Amino acid sequence: MSANSFSRADYCVIGVAECFRGDGEIMANPIGTIPAIGGRVARESFEPDLVMTDGEALLVANSVPVSGAVPDKIVEAWNPYRSMFDVVWSGRRHVMMGASQMDRFGNQNFAFIGDPKQPKVQLLGMRGAPGNTVQNVTSYWIPAHSPKVFVEQVSVVSGIGYDRAAELGDWVREHHELRHVVTNLGVLDFGGPDHALRLRSVHPGVTVDEIVSATGFELVVDGDVPETRAPTDAEMEIIERLDPKGVRKAEVPD
Amino acid sequence: MTEDDVVAELESGMTIGIGGWGSRRKPMSLVRAIARSELQDLTVVSYAGPDLGLLCATGKVKKAVYAFCSLDSIALEPHFRNARQAGAVETLELDEGLFLLGLQAAAWRVPFLPSRVGLGSFVVDRQPEIKTVVSPYDDGEELVAAPALNLDAALIHMHRGDARGNGMYLNVDPYMDDLVALAAPKTFMSVEQVVPTEELASLGPVQAMKISRLMTHGVVEAPKGAHFTECVPDYGRDEAFQKEYAASAKDPELWAAWKAKYLDCGGHDEYRKVAGL
Repeated sequence: MSANSFSRADYCVIGVAECFRGDGEIMANPIGTIPAIGGRVARESFEPDLVMTDGEALLVANSVPVSGAVPDKIVEAWNPYRSMFDVVWSGRRHVMMGASQMDRFGNQNFAFIGDPKQPKVQLLGMRGAPGNTVQNVTSYWIPAHSPKVFVEQVSVVSGIGYDRAAELGDWVREHHELRHVVTNLGVLDFGGPDHALRLRSVHPGVTVDEIVSATGFELVVDGDVPETRAPTDAEMEIIERLDPKGVRKAEVPD
Repeated sequence: MTEDDVVAELESGMTIGIGGWGSRRKPMSLVRAIARSELQDLTVVSYAGPDLGLLCATGKVKKAVYAFCSLDSIALEPHFRNARQAGAVETLELDEGLFLLGLQAAAWRVPFLPSRVGLGSFVVDRQPEIKTVVSPYDDGEELVAAPALNLDAALIHMHRGDARGNGMYLNVDPYMDDLVALAAPKTFMSVEQVVPTEELASLGPVQAMKISRLMTHGVVEAPKGAHFTECVPDYGRDEAFQKEYAASAKDPELWAAWKAKYLDCGGHDEYRKVAGL
């Protein structure tokens, strides 16, 4: 297949899948449409031991699609909300969350923007972000990369970044890990100086300049930036099976 | 008991815990009864959905103790959002897990439980109510002291129960309802159906009999009592109704109309008639 035959959303799926490479037998918990596909692609291709939920209280061995017919679930275990905290706090999970705002060290906000007593915009609240970021591996999914999301300073810290983790105790410093940030434009990691956000790859069709100018702080760019890899034929079959209606392309249009 | 009997047990200024999760298995007939009552200045402690939203919209809430307020299929509870953006409610912002520890601490009658959850975030750094503690062991680690969420009263909704206050859930997740119940000296449970005690164990696995009469102080039989939230397997979320509820947050006239139709109509029986349940 030529690169042209893949949609931007397909590259995003692969960017997500790659976040989980090497994770082994832990819970992969990607939240969002493209993340849900990406995590399942990882499990069906190169990370077969990943454990995944049905989005509610069950751990299921087969892939739950994001569109089209849903097959019978192969239930592996019961995992109600309360058990989820056992998984998170025991460190057996890699979550992929969203962010309304993120700074260069990965401090994330999706709680609210503005005065805590009277926010300009009330968003999700803290949800599980404070705990996730200190107790298990965290990656992020940003479907609309822009200077409004990637900001010099977040309004409120819900998920903690590397500079804040560095000020906490030894245990947190050792265990805090923000893996990748996958966006509609490319893939970032925290490989810059002092764990600053660094450009890891650009999706085909996106230039480095484009992604740098869509970032509201100085994004670290190390030499030549590769393109995000294309899905293999086998991965593309999985993507089509899990999303036959192409709802991923509504989350990230071409 | 009836919903109004429960309201008579509550007082203005109380801290009230509400079971369920988001827009799932919420004791909505009890919540509506509070919304119609004279109660005010409540502190609401909830894995929140339309329970908190409706009580904000009717001006009952002084303070929300929450980690999220969502309608699930609609990510943000619009009535709660309105109240926050108007500066009308105080909040204690908690992580979902600190919330669990707070309920557990209250249930076990200890002042806090230690955790790392919240370190470095707004939860700890910008809320003086949340304090830290230093481990007395060799590690000397600074930890979050997740404060006990002590309740004055709690409201939960179960699928089945008996008249003495034993309760059973039939869906896949018990949520934190047993902890919500234990965190309060008075817990009121609405159920879809009251059955004789001798029948209760035959309705599902014994593991589903999560609520015992040790935890409850009154039972209200409220068929469709969780409507419009999800209460599977008895009924799913009424998405159309929820949309109408959410849309009523768009302007005061729409809200007045919704309130007149579904709240001011009367108690749960009248509501069921109006809502066609």
